[in-house]
Formats: sequence, C-alpha cells, structure tokens
Amino acid sequence: MNEKSPFVNRLGLKLKQPQVVLGLLLVVILTGLVVVPFLQLVHDTAVWQEADRRMSRTAEPGAWTLFHYLRVFASPLSVNIFYRPLLHSLATSLTISLTAMLLGGLMAWLVVRTDMPFKKTIAVFAVIPYVLPSYTLALAWLDFFKNERIGGAVGICTYLFGVTPPDWLAYGFIPIVITLSLHYYPFTYLLVSGALISLDSNLEESGEVLGASRFRILRRITFPLMLPALISAFILTFSRAVGTFGTPYFLGAPVRYFTLATTIYTSIVNRTPAVAYIGALVLILISMVIIYLNQKVIGEKSFVTIAGKGLRRRVTPLGAWRWPAFSLMAALIGLAVFVPLLLLLWQTLMLYPNDYSLGNLTLHYWIGKSQAALAEGESGILRNAQILGAAWNSIRLSVIVALITGMMGILIGYAVVRGRKTNLAVVLEQGSFLPYLIPSIAFGAIYLALFSKSIGPLPPLYGTFFLLILVCVAKNLPFSARSGISSMMQVAGELEEAGMMAGANWLQRFRRIILPLTLAGSLSGFILAFISTMRELSLIILLITPETRTLTTMTFRYVEQGYSQFADAIILLIVILVVGGEFLARRLGGKRETI
Amino acid sequence: MAMIEIEGLTKRFGGVTAVDRLTLAVEAGEFLTLLGPSGCGKTTVLRMIAGLEVPDAGEIRIGGKTVFSATRGLFVSPGKRGVGLVFQSYALWPHMTVRQNVAFGLEIRKVEPARMQKDVSEALAYMHLEGMENRYPQQMSGGQQQRVALARMLVAGPEVFLMDEPLSNLDAKLRIEMRVEIKRLHREAKATTVYVTHDQTEALTLSSRVAVMEEGRLVQATPPREIYRRPANLFVADFIGSPTINLIPGKIVQKNGRTFFEGEALSLPTPALAAHVGAEVTAAVRPEEIRIETGESGDAVSGEVYAVLPAGSETIVQVRRKGRIFNVRVMGETSLNIGEIVCMQFIPEAVIFFQGDQGNRIDTGQE
Repeated sequence: MNEKSPFVNRLGLKLKQPQVVLGLLLVVILTGLVVVPFLQLVHDTAVWQEADRRMSRTAEPGAWTLFHYLRVFASPLSVNIFYRPLLHSLATSLTISLTAMLLGGLMAWLVVRTDMPFKKTIAVFAVIPYVLPSYTLALAWLDFFKNERIGGAVGICTYLFGVTPPDWLAYGFIPIVITLSLHYYPFTYLLVSGALISLDSNLEESGEVLGASRFRILRRITFPLMLPALISAFILTFSRAVGTFGTPYFLGAPVRYFTLATTIYTSIVNRTPAVAYIGALVLILISMVIIYLNQKVIGEKSFVTIAGKGLRRRVTPLGAWRWPAFSLMAALIGLAVFVPLLLLLWQTLMLYPNDYSLGNLTLHYWIGKSQAALAEGESGILRNAQILGAAWNSIRLSVIVALITGMMGILIGYAVVRGRKTNLAVVLEQGSFLPYLIPSIAFGAIYLALFSKSIGPLPPLYGTFFLLILVCVAKNLPFSARSGISSMMQVAGELEEAGMMAGANWLQRFRRIILPLTLAGSLSGFILAFISTMRELSLIILLITPETRTLTTMTFRYVEQGYSQFADAIILLIVILVVGGEFLARRLGGKRETI
Repeated sequence: MAMIEIEGLTKRFGGVTAVDRLTLAVEAGEFLTLLGPSGCGKTTVLRMIAGLEVPDAGEIRIGGKTVFSATRGLFVSPGKRGVGLVFQSYALWPHMTVRQNVAFGLEIRKVEPARMQKDVSEALAYMHLEGMENRYPQQMSGGQQQRVALARMLVAGPEVFLMDEPLSNLDAKLRIEMRVEIKRLHREAKATTVYVTHDQTEALTLSSRVAVMEEGRLVQATPPREIYRRPANLFVADFIGSPTINLIPGKIVQKNGRTFFEGEALSLPTPALAAHVGAEVTAAVRPEEIRIETGESGDAVSGEVYAVLPAGSETIVQVRRKGRIFNVRVMGETSLNIGEIVCMQFIPEAVIFFQGDQGNRIDTGQE
C-alpha cells in the first residue's frame, strides 16, 4: 500500500470541501446558540446570585451551593413554587393534548374519509386556529366570562344573561384547557389527515372481505394504523402546551392558578432567577422524556402504508349523521376562530367597557387622538407612537428572523445532505433539533441567564434587539433545518457538480444553482418562522425591555393594566400582519416557482 | 490534446475499497472506455479524474500537469483541470433555459458577451439544437437533453471529455443515434475521451481501447478486438460477449505422445499446450466459433438441441451434451428442431484456455 500521504495534507484537502467548512461553522454557531446558554443556566442554578443576599446571610455570590435546589424541591415553599405548578402543568397539558387529539382526529377522519358536506371548506378553515397567537382565545374568553374578581369591567356574559360566571368557569383549569385545545387541535388534524390520505383503503377492505363489521374495522385496522400519527400529535401538542406562557398567565394568574411556565415568569419578576432556572430545567427534562418516548414508540411502530400510485380512498357514508357531523365541525371552527375574533373586535370598538349598547361603539381605540379621560390619555393604536414602534419592532424582528432562520435552514440542509453519513453531518442534523427539546419559556430563561451579564469582551446583550433575533432564530431552527434538509434532498448532487465542472466556486454555485433550486421548497420554513415570531410571547417575554417591545408584549402589558380594548386591538393587528405576511410570502413564492 | 496518466490511484468509502491501486495511461486523442459490472469502481475513477472525488492515494496527471498527488497534498479543483464531464443524469439545471445552461461556464469564466453569444450559438448548432435555446430542460426529450449536456461540455473547449454512462437513460433507438453522435464528436474535436459504461456493445463499438475493471482493479486494457479475442482472464471472457462464452472445465493430458484437452463434455487436441500437461484448465469457446452439422463427421461431438432462439439476423442454438449447455451462434435462420441430435464442430485454434486456479489466460502463442 502506498499510504504516504501525511495527515496534514489529508486534513487540508478535507477542509477544502465546502460542506465540511460550513458544517463546522454551523456546529460552532449551534453550540453558541444552544449549548453554551444551557450550560450557563445549569451553572446559575448551583451558585449564589447577587440577589440571594436578601434570602440568606451566608450567600456568597459566585460560590457553589445547593441552596436553590433545596429551596425548590425540599422547603416549606416547595409546594407553592414547584409541586403545585408542576401538577398544574402536567394536568393542563395532558388534558389539552387528549382533547386536541380527539377533536383533530375526528375532524381529520370526517374530512378525509366520510361524505360529510362541505368537506373542502372545513379543510380550509381547519388549520386557522394554529395561525392565531395562542392566547387570542384566552383574551376572547376573558372578554366573555370576566367577573369582578380582577377588577375593571365584567364580560359580555354578565351583560347578556345577567349571570356572573363563577371563578372556575372564568379562570383556571377549565378555560385554559378549552382555549388551548381549540388552539392546538390543528396539529392532530394535519398529522392524522396526512396519514389517512396515504392509507390504502385496500387494507380496510381486506378486513371487510373477511366479514368484519365497520366498527370493528375502524377499531382493529384503521385506528392501529393511525396510532403513530396520533402519538406524534399528542407529543407535539404536549411539548408545546407545557411550555406556553400567555394563556395560563392570562387565565390562571387571576386565581393564582400557576403552571411551571408562569412560575418561571413570576420568579424572574420577583428576582429569584435561580428558582426560574430550576423550573426551566424541569420543563426541559419533561420535554426530553416525552420526545424520547415518542422516538421509541414511533420507531417501533412506523408502518409503511403508502402504496405509491393507484391509491384508493374509501368514503364511509355517514347517513343521517352527515349534517350533525358538519354542524359539529362548523361549530368547532366557529368557536375556535370566528367567535373569538368577533368578540375581540367588538371589545375594541367599545368606548366605555361594560356598556354593550350600540351607542357606545367607537373607533377611538384604533384611530382616536389622545383624550385625558380615556385610558390615561393613550391614543388609538394606529396613531400611538409606542404601539407603532412595537409594530415596527415586530415586523422587523419577524422578517429578519425568517430570513436568517430560513437561510440557515438551507445551509444546514446543504451541509447535512452533501456531507451525508459523516459524523459531522449527523451531529449537525441532531444538533439543529436541540432547540425543539427546550420549551419556549425555558429557552427565554436560558438566554436571560447567559446574556444578562457581559461575556468576556462582549457587553451584556440583555435589552438589545439583537438578543431577540438570536433567541428567535435559535428557537425556530429545528423546523427550518427540517425544511432545508428535505428541499436539499430534492436537488441532485450532480447539479452542483456540473457547476464545479464549469469552474464555479462555492459562492457562485450556491447563489446560482443551489439557492434558486431550494428556495421554493424552503419557503414553508421562512413562513413558519415569520408567523411564529410575529405571535411569539412565551419565548421573548423574559427578554423584552421598553425599547425592544413588540406587539405581543404590548398586549401583555395592556392586559395586565386592564385595557382590554388596546390589548384586543393589538391582537387583531397581529392576526392581520400574520395572515398578510403569509399571503405575501405565498404570492412571492408562487411566482418564483412558475419561472 | 492531452494525455492522462494515473498512478497507484486508491479510493476507499468507509471500509470498502472502491478503487485499488489503479495505474493507467490514456494516450492523447484516445477514446478509452472503462467497462465493468456495477460497483466495480469505474465511475469513481472517472470522478477522480474530473476532481469530484478526492483519492486516498496515488497521482493523476493531465497533459503533463499534476492535478492530484496524495504525497504532495496537491489537488486541482475540477474547473481548472481542463476537462468536461457529461453526467449519467445529464445534470442540466432545471431553472435555466438551454441557452443559460450552455452559457453558464462561459459566464463564470467571464468571457465577453459577444464572444459568449457566438460560442453558445455555435455549440447549440453543432448539437442540432437550433430553435430550442429558450426551452427548459424538463420540456425536452431525453435525447435532446443529452444533446444539451454535450453542448454544455463542448462550449468550454475542454481537452479531455469525460462521460459517465451518458446513454444509459435513453431507449434503444436513440442510444444508437447518440452513439454515432459521440463518435463524430470525438473524431472532430480530437479530445482525449474517457467513457464509462457497463454496456459492452457500447464499449466495443466506440472505443479505441477498453479497460475492464473488476472490484476496483484494472484487469485488462487493450483494443476491443483483443478484449474479445484474447481476454486476460476468465472474468473478462465471461463478462464480454453475448450470449456468453462457453466454458468447459477439464485437464491437459498426454495420450500416445499427443497433447489433449480432456473435459467432461469435450475433448480436443491441443499441441500448443504440451508444456502444461497435467494442469487443470478451463477451455473457452465463443458461440460463433462452433459449427453445427446435422450429420456425423470426423472429430465433431454430438448433442441434443435444447432451445432455438431466433433473433432476426442470427439464431442462438443451445445444444445439450452430457448435462452441459453450449451456446452456438448460427447466421440467419435455422431449421433445427428441439430434441434433434446434432454434431458440434470446434475449431481448435479458436479455443482459448485459462488456468484452472487463477483463471488467467494461457498464452498459446497463437494469433
């Protein structure tokens, strides 16, 4: 063997491969965005903080201690700051996931497999709840059911029926479960309808030939085949629900019904960050266990039911149940989308809260000038400098994050697909999945832990717009990496190699060959990052300062101050921007595809 | 015109050695085909010449210039090697028109626009693609896409043409048409050409030399006629030719002072193998070197017609003798019937012998 090649030369040649250079670079970036902040968080839970001097005389900032862990897990306070919120988090997330699974699964089956009327219309509207900010429903719920407890005006319910809703209906477990189930069911709908579409009816028909009853087929054949999709949907819903902040805060805080997510927030506000960080660690742990279980279950139970062409889908006749089924689905969508949006709109048009007569309607909170008598003299949102500034921040943030994340998704896709099966590619692919394991509020806490102080020559990034970009980019990476990888898979390696033969360098190949060919496929990554940043609250609530406020955090502020007109008007503004942004992106993307 | 010299070229993928210490020189202006079954490493060799794959060891020189050397850590990028490559899948850019596809390389090299227009138009005209400049590849037939791929390679004026199974995605009729086209291209451009295929007919009709590869190693690199007539070993003999060559295992023996090949189904006088008496060998006969006669005759051996497979200009007759099937090629049609007893006549000079153990051809000094 003539193995004379020295190691250094081989390394040099390796480093000439763009996917290696790019892969290394991206791994470094991922480490900085996810791993380092995470380690800082862990570190901060186990050392004394400056703020701890208030709590313990032995506190020595910077020294190691188990004080925080003992305080959270084994102290008289533990029940209130940890065990009860944990129980609430698990109870709400579990109930939400099951309810959402039931609703979404039922809707998917009705749309894909039955002769329900107006199936296509239902299918179009089915996913809208997910596009709305998750706490839209919570605010609408408050507009309707609010009672005297939190002060300010009472809700429409009292006005219409003269009954004051009891606390258990207005706040806490029940409204949280109902509003978030209506928000999250589209996950199940999308996953299960996808699985049902690719399920060959022959599998069911062969059951029929064997003489099985329709119900038995549903139970013994269809349902087991849908199980992987259902489980995925459950896990996805659970991991989102457990990390969400807005709804549990709006609906839970008035009756001191705290979940882990809201406890993290209040702990930061109360200047006990270590408690918040430990809570975040527990959330991350829960999320990881759930996702691990998912991989295990799905790994064993993924059925190949896609038969390629000639797939036939059997339609189950509903008979007398056709219209009731449609009414149920229409009502569901109505409750999840139209009723809440109308409630919010109505609220924004009321000059004085509490007065639901037509004479009280006004556009003041949209376009009115400042009047000392109303809302402490704040002007309508469309001429309010603070809100317009926040809107500009939101748009700017969403567009920048969408562009950066989408671009990084394509680059990750490139490094992973071209470096296929190398260790680097595997590390990169799995690393880009990491932010998915960390619930939003915990992710915000991690960033707070790292960037609230200066790191070496770097000044503290807390309070900067740049930090918001960082955290949103990091959190949105898993999805854009997915869509980047899958769109890169569609681009044969030879197309780039043909560019190499023509003498194009990597930048020329990327710009003129790879980018044009992957952009259309990666569009969903861009759009999703845009939408989720535009309505993001849980992720950034801990990192926002007055200068960097966004529309979502403004809503939050107005809700806290009891100005529901402003809060609701801003939510509607967010909805308009999200829908408009998506529409625009699809138009642009559509054009590109038809070149 | 440029010569390609390859020395000790090795490439491993994980634990698998795809190309093993390959040494080969392609003369300037030559048309060399790399031939072998799939997975033999032929495409990897081509990709290493192009610079798309980095070898683990060895050296490559093109036109006297070293483009890769493992010992010196030297690697010249594909665009600077003066080679053009046609991919199996054509690899035309789907978001560019035909003209843009062909012009891309010139744009990268910053050729001035007027010159570029002229060169591109000429290349398209040369490949009979006039009037299709503004089409997208997906709007064209496979044959037309192939022409665009060739035009794209030609326009840069490379000194070396590399082609990776360029005809394998075409139907039989188009394949013959494009074969003629490629031959014309090579003759007129006089570029050194390395052509990869697993189709032996393509290899034998196009090449000035055929290099047969087996499991990453070069087995034989000789003109097509040599490959067919004097295969270096059993692998080449068996791989080349359709229907496959007839192989009969046996032994060289001496009877009454004369040397014979003794196989179970066949016995032949082999005076040229006197030096090999006692050796285990395999006799090999091409189907067209056996003659079938209906009557008994001198040294012919008899057998039973097992199958008759007419193919227009020729007929393949399978004859069974002592449990062994012989392929025989007969020109035109035949009136033989299945089950009929016939005689097969072998021409001793046309029989080649291979060593029983290693399978290498025994040189009999003939031809």
